[in-house]
Amino acid sequence: MPDLGKYAFAVLGSYLATAFLIAALVGLTLWQSARTKRALAEVEARQGTSDG
Amino acid sequence: MSIWEYANPKKFMALSTRALPWAVGLTVVLLAVGLVWGFFFTPDDYKQGSTVKIIYLHVPAAMMAINVWIMMLVTSLVWIVRRHHVSALAAKAAAPVGLTFTLIALLTGALWGQPMWGTWWAWDPRLTSFLILTLFYFGYMALWAAIEDPDTAADLTSILCLVGSVFALLSRYAVNFWNQGLHQGASLSLDRQENVSNVFWLPLLVCIAGFALLFVTMVLLRTQTEIRARRLKALLARERVA
Repeated sequence: MPDLGKYAFAVLGSYLATAFLIAALVGLTLWQSARTKRALAEVEARQGTSDG
Repeated sequence: MSIWEYANPKKFMALSTRALPWAVGLTVVLLAVGLVWGFFFTPDDYKQGSTVKIIYLHVPAAMMAINVWIMMLVTSLVWIVRRHHVSALAAKAAAPVGLTFTLIALLTGALWGQPMWGTWWAWDPRLTSFLILTLFYFGYMALWAAIEDPDTAADLTSILCLVGSVFALLSRYAVNFWNQGLHQGASLSLDRQENVSNVFWLPLLVCIAGFALLFVTMVLLRTQTEIRARRLKALLARERVA
């Protein structure tokens, strides 16, 4: 770990805030993708249609 | 073979499914290499001390926040002119990614600005136009959510995107237009004299590539979700009619 001196809060805060925002974006994207895939598969199975 | 073939949802789904594993792998590698290199293996700046390490987050995020809006502008224009649904859905899919980059740029900018300028925020031309761009991102997403008919939503959000592009361009060029404010000029420039030092520049380039690929990955995945959601809506409508 490099010595960040008196700027540790600014530097670590920036990295933590970025990690949190990117994790939230990736998590939300994966969750929405899985939910939509599941719902579409259910409806396609019910109607006997598939778009590949 | 024409680029417009990928406006066909089936072709887009097939191509993006093949591209996604590569995009994910490259994103992880580039972000890991760039950030580890920048954080652990670059020296402190003689003026800014260790806060220079924020450059590896702030500059790529700010660049991408503006570039994502420009991508949304291009896909919105494609929608307006050629009525390709995939292009409108790609713009919709890109907005939350652009907003995330905008928030990262604002937060890291405030955290960097406080020790360097003595303030978290200043009504500087670049910062102010960037804040307005953030509000445009929120407005764009809210407009998509507020309108039931997807074609009307695509039309209206495309117009909003055209208007917001003024602020995307101002965010990038405000420093050149107005010679005032706290924010310095571009960190990366075609003019080598203006660039940051090589020791910071190379890992910064890797981080920029990583952020760009993160955007590509997220947009491919989110556009796939939007296409599936559109098909789901159509199937449910058919079910209700039958």
